[in-house]
Amino acid sequence: MINWANFISQCFNGLVLGALLALISSGLTIIYGTLGVLNLAHGAMFMLGGYAGWLTYNYSGSFLAAVFAGAIFVMIVGVLVERVIIRFFYKRPHEDQLLVTFGLGIVFVETVRFFFGSLSKAVPPPPALVGITPLGFMFYPTYRLALLGIVTIALIALYLVLYRTRIGMIVRAGIEDSVMVDSLGIDVDKIFMLVFGIGAMAAGFAGIVNAPVVSIAPDVGEAILVQTFVVVVIGGVGSFPGALLGGLIAGQIISITSMFNPGYSYVMLFVAMTLVLVLRPYGLLGTAGRE
Amino acid sequence: MIRQRTFLVEALTAIGLVLVPFVLPYFGFTPTTINRILVWGLFGIGFDILFGFTGLLSFGQSAFFGTGGMVAAYLLTVMNFPYVMAALAIGMIVASVVGYLVGLVALRRTGIYFAMITVAIAEVFFFVEFNPLSDFTGGENGLPGVPSPVLYLGFTTVRFNSDTSLYVFLAFWYLVGMVVALRIVRSPVGAVLRAIRDNPLRAAAVGHNIHGYKLTAFVVAAAYAGFAGGLLGVMQGFMPPDAFTFDTSGQLVMQTAIGGAGTLFGPLVGATVWLYLSDFLQTTLNLGASWKLVLGVIFVLLVCFLRRGLIGGLDDLFGLLSGGSEKSKPTGDAYIADVKTDDDQKVAAAKVTHHPAVASMPARRRDTDRKSGAILQAVALSKHYGGLAANSDINFMVRHGERRGIIGPNGAGKTTFFKMLTCEVQPTSGQILFEGQNITGKTVTDACQLGLTKSYQINQLFNRLTVRENLIIAALAELRGKFRLDLFRSLRNIQGLTDQVERTLELINLTRRVDTPVSELAYGEKRRLEVGLALATSPSLLLLDEPLAGMSPRERAETVALLKSISQGRTMIIIDHDVDSLFELVESVTVLQEGRVLVEGTPVEIKGNAKVQDAYLGGVHGVLAAE
Repeated sequence: MINWANFISQCFNGLVLGALLALISSGLTIIYGTLGVLNLAHGAMFMLGGYAGWLTYNYSGSFLAAVFAGAIFVMIVGVLVERVIIRFFYKRPHEDQLLVTFGLGIVFVETVRFFFGSLSKAVPPPPALVGITPLGFMFYPTYRLALLGIVTIALIALYLVLYRTRIGMIVRAGIEDSVMVDSLGIDVDKIFMLVFGIGAMAAGFAGIVNAPVVSIAPDVGEAILVQTFVVVVIGGVGSFPGALLGGLIAGQIISITSMFNPGYSYVMLFVAMTLVLVLRPYGLLGTAGRE
Repeated sequence: MIRQRTFLVEALTAIGLVLVPFVLPYFGFTPTTINRILVWGLFGIGFDILFGFTGLLSFGQSAFFGTGGMVAAYLLTVMNFPYVMAALAIGMIVASVVGYLVGLVALRRTGIYFAMITVAIAEVFFFVEFNPLSDFTGGENGLPGVPSPVLYLGFTTVRFNSDTSLYVFLAFWYLVGMVVALRIVRSPVGAVLRAIRDNPLRAAAVGHNIHGYKLTAFVVAAAYAGFAGGLLGVMQGFMPPDAFTFDTSGQLVMQTAIGGAGTLFGPLVGATVWLYLSDFLQTTLNLGASWKLVLGVIFVLLVCFLRRGLIGGLDDLFGLLSGGSEKSKPTGDAYIADVKTDDDQKVAAAKVTHHPAVASMPARRRDTDRKSGAILQAVALSKHYGGLAANSDINFMVRHGERRGIIGPNGAGKTTFFKMLTCEVQPTSGQILFEGQNITGKTVTDACQLGLTKSYQINQLFNRLTVRENLIIAALAELRGKFRLDLFRSLRNIQGLTDQVERTLELINLTRRVDTPVSELAYGEKRRLEVGLALATSPSLLLLDEPLAGMSPRERAETVALLKSISQGRTMIIIDHDVDSLFELVESVTVLQEGRVLVEGTPVEIKGNAKVQDAYLGGVHGVLAAE
């Protein structure tokens, strides 16, 4: 017998998780689409955002400052990593790109562990968002509700950047054909740097805004990375709408399965991924040739 | 690819394994560390076949390592199964079966998709092991009490329960694993795997079922992982649950990359460096948990600066020290070869034309019964990309033994037409009949197996392999069919392989460059090899997509002579823009314009045709005529 209140609240949890995954996956997918690099350190970027925010919160006591610092710090890390290492890998085989980003992920995780230890850290939600909000049909933690709003706003912002600005237009053109964009006289080099920064920032931002819900630890990004991969495979690599759809689907699958048995949530994710691979090999909203 | 010194590597491995327990302790290796290195090394052999040889980077090997280990440990502990070796074998078989099933899903895609899918699948195994199956696997506690292996010799019983005796046990299985892997790598399957790594598209186009071979590599890797997982449990007397973690997969990938992928020994070298450093950093330098940070930094630096790992690095260093001259030698040869052909192009061309090998490079046997009539027929063939019609309603027929040219302005749909004929692209409508058989909807691999193949407009070679190895791969497809699991057969034991490769080599005039890697060939040589790859599959119908493109006049003359010599007894269709050379070569010409057949006729008829001149010169003919 299903408990309907529980079911609805799990659906809400799934929506929040799904939006979060959509945001992180968008970062991964625009980096891959534009630069052709699958960033295996993306989970570590999520983790770094959480830690940068946590540190800022400890000094300032302001959640807003923490969010700001988390996002900006990870963007800077992203830009630096792209300039110092990744850009030398554009012409190397995909395998080398995977290896180097995988190694970077480990370096980030272990650096954090070195400075802050393995124990998890908590960032409390801002005072205004503590507590429970009655929604009429159920009570729901206020911060999670706010989180849904925050992430939605971030996704809209990302959408506006991608679809309503000149840079976004170049990025989308680059996803279709970066050689062509280059030959149009656009400085692809700078765009690549920017895209890597923005993509990393999406993960870093998600990392800090999620910190009040799930406390942070050095290896918190690993599970996120795996879920992000499933999202991207379901939605289609290089597709922003695909990341949104895939994120929402994955969020619901994880939450609803968890209601019955959390141990099976990955199995169900995997089943969904397999179904997509069999029925639509390029992902729900993906197109052929982007791999 | 074919090491002629039989068993040299095997013998050296055996000697090395005997010496290790006497040498390594002096460098501070503990017996346990040495044993762990062997387990990781064996685990890595299979992974290297998958990654280093086939080019498939999997981040999910922990799934098979854990599965094999858990199955063996469960049998030996919970079920009280008495035979250790049998349990290890069962673990290996279960891991292989699981590998087969996982491979069916993961290999639906390649490249980064494959990497992502393997990560996800491995994570599923981890969760399943920890939660739903924790009653069987002991969950977080793992399975303790795995017995040590015992060998009954009749008069005495050997029990492998000390570090030293376990070393003997593990070293034996490592040697077995290495011998098997060397056989696989030197077999026809091994050759095809490398071809898939270098150029999957061409490997499929010369007639290999690449999906089947990739799945084979995946299952082999899973089998090695499963067996190594079982050994881990036996070695420690305990099957740890963390065999299933993403860290395990990651460590394997990193060790292989550190040691050098594509060497089989890379994982062993990598494991040695990894485990030694982790011991050293933790115990001697007291770095505690941050040893992994140091190793991570080392790994990133290695990937950045030493692409081929330690073994590759040593190889390069050795090359620099011993044979700085040796490296430049092939280039010198190339120079000589060029000078020679430069001397007198007509002589060179004549040499090719009157080559004795010409007669001995027959097309497929079934073609020799001199069928008349159509070898290839296209009926109302159309291809639309969205609203764009690349080809519309093309009717086309080529007779046995004919040499047909196809010309047309850029964008006339020539290449699309070729792609449909070779089954690379499925037509929107219409039919293709090859030797009376409907091949519409078949794969490019099947078309090649039937005797229809193409040389590409842009070279599609196996760049990391030598000229000979390239041709071997193409010839293997004809000699072995599209899929065959002769994993332990030597390339030397394949009837007719050497002959076919030698004949092709002579024909394309690359005999002198036979052991040169493709990456060091001159452009004209690559172009000839491109044609050679198609030829080595002994096609009865050969399609050539702009064989003369980008060539100097001298190279053109040579290539025209080459094409003439190979055309005997074979049907050819040639696309080219060099109309003069083409007309010299072919008997009849089809002119395409805007995706349709404009006109067909002999070269002489086409030369004088007003419509053709209009198509090419945009009506200048008309203007000229009016004047």
